[in-house]
Amino acid sequence: MERLTLTGKPFIAGIASGEALVSRESLSFWGGYDWKTGEIIDRRHPLSGMIAKGKILAIPFTRGSSTTTAVLLEAIRTGTAPSAILTTATDFFFALASIVATELYNSPIPLVAVSESDFQKLQTGDLIEIDNSGRISVTRNKDAPRP
Amino acid sequence: MTLALTDKDRAMLRGDHGPATKMAMSILVRMAEISGARELLDITGAHIDSTVYIGDAGLEFAERLASLGAKVAVPTTLNVSGLDEHHWREWAVPNEWARQAHRQMVAYQSMGTIPTWTCAPYQTEMRPSFGQQIAWGESNAIAFANSVLGARTERYPDLFDICCAITGRVPAIGLHLTENRAGKLLLRLKDIPQALQESDNFYPVFGHFMGKVAFDRIPVIEGINVIPNEDQLKALGAAGASSGAVGMFHMVGVTPEAPTLESAFQGKTPEETIMVGMDELRQSRQELTHSDDDSLDMVVLGSPHFSLAEFKLLAPLVQGKRKHPRVKFLVTSSRAMVSLAQRAGLLDALQSFGAQLTVDTCILTSPMLPDDVRHLMTNSAKFAYYTPGLLGRQVTFGSLKDCVASAVDGKIVRDESLWNG
Repeated sequence: MERLTLTGKPFIAGIASGEALVSRESLSFWGGYDWKTGEIIDRRHPLSGMIAKGKILAIPFTRGSSTTTAVLLEAIRTGTAPSAILTTATDFFFALASIVATELYNSPIPLVAVSESDFQKLQTGDLIEIDNSGRISVTRNKDAPRP
Repeated sequence: MTLALTDKDRAMLRGDHGPATKMAMSILVRMAEISGARELLDITGAHIDSTVYIGDAGLEFAERLASLGAKVAVPTTLNVSGLDEHHWREWAVPNEWARQAHRQMVAYQSMGTIPTWTCAPYQTEMRPSFGQQIAWGESNAIAFANSVLGARTERYPDLFDICCAITGRVPAIGLHLTENRAGKLLLRLKDIPQALQESDNFYPVFGHFMGKVAFDRIPVIEGINVIPNEDQLKALGAAGASSGAVGMFHMVGVTPEAPTLESAFQGKTPEETIMVGMDELRQSRQELTHSDDDSLDMVVLGSPHFSLAEFKLLAPLVQGKRKHPRVKFLVTSSRAMVSLAQRAGLLDALQSFGAQLTVDTCILTSPMLPDDVRHLMTNSAKFAYYTPGLLGRQVTFGSLKDCVASAVDGKIVRDESLWNG
């Protein structure tokens, strides 16, 4: 077991824990995230086919379509959203979905920005806990096979 | 850093202007704080992408605002909806979807907006002018407004655009501010034949490449030897805003904030320079096709919505021809453009060819396609980019001429001559 603590900047503060799903490649949720299932469906994306529901999704930022926010909001309402999203900078599109989810359903998801170098340390399969201050505790089972 | 609000901003936030304005202002202020804005700015117009029907949450948001009596404070156009309001029954749109998508159309229309129902609002009479501060949703429209018109909008997501329209305010961030409109990345075209630069096919292919390498940086394009027309720039921006997060590009000698290379970079040095030659473009063109064979069920044009000029290009190409009986041929556009094309006498040739027209929406935002349509063809990089994920269909990218020729033959045919050179 390996443990790691990172300090992120919460742009929507909250508590979450779960398994990490990590990619260095940005993702548009419109055409990239199926809010009915939580599957990543951008067939050009390295995480294509993975289920992000309940996971800690780590991608540098969202990209492209203006509809990304609406798709994430649907996922939050349906319960198929990631339990938190880690990015490398404040992401306007994700933040808005979380703020509107607060207005409508009182159920925001935490969003935390980490530095580029800390982002590089994250791996798919890591167990991650996020607290209100943006502290990220990473537990990695070295023996576990890497996807 | 703190956000300075005016007395009027505070009044809106308190609810003095009604509960809908209060809700819109509280979302706006939270987002402004998160983005580190110091103040809010007045806008002269808005374009609402929130009209796209995704599901119940977006509809609940729209109806919440509408039921609270929301009214827009500035002239506001509407993007595509989830439905061709009057013709959806001709397609495979489920009744339940139609009912929900229509409710969303009604909600946004009730706010005093202009029901343009188009993703190309810059080709309507509501086109913004140079230097105007606006709040636009819809990635292709954002890229066009910033790059080609020199109007100023940040890349606004759905649900936020309407908050700006209701309050008439935006956070002073990003592309609203001169210093953030400087180029970061130089794309230098190298040995791209003039004939290819003149062709419509070049712009979506290059735009797809541009989006991938630029991510969210502002690219500056140097080495264009022609003056591209408006629809070519529209295709370029739409492609770059799909494969990347391009909210603005400069084209030296063409776009208004780039009379020279120095002005495009505001006197600064590019972070990176990338040479773009035929190899990069051929690779990019190849990436836009996701298909196993040359089967064809349907050609789709008009992503973004077909303009009058594009109808003028298409009409002579299909004149006197007839599409293959098994292949569908669809053009998506706005009510306004279709009506102009009709008056210009451009639709007769399309009708005899066997083309169909859809307005208000597009096949990416409305579940129109029957199940037996598996293989699509398009001249749009945006459409080609999103088709595999959003529609689960195969797609082939080609030129407008290729699309017509393939529809006639009933299978994919592409003229490779411009790409082999």
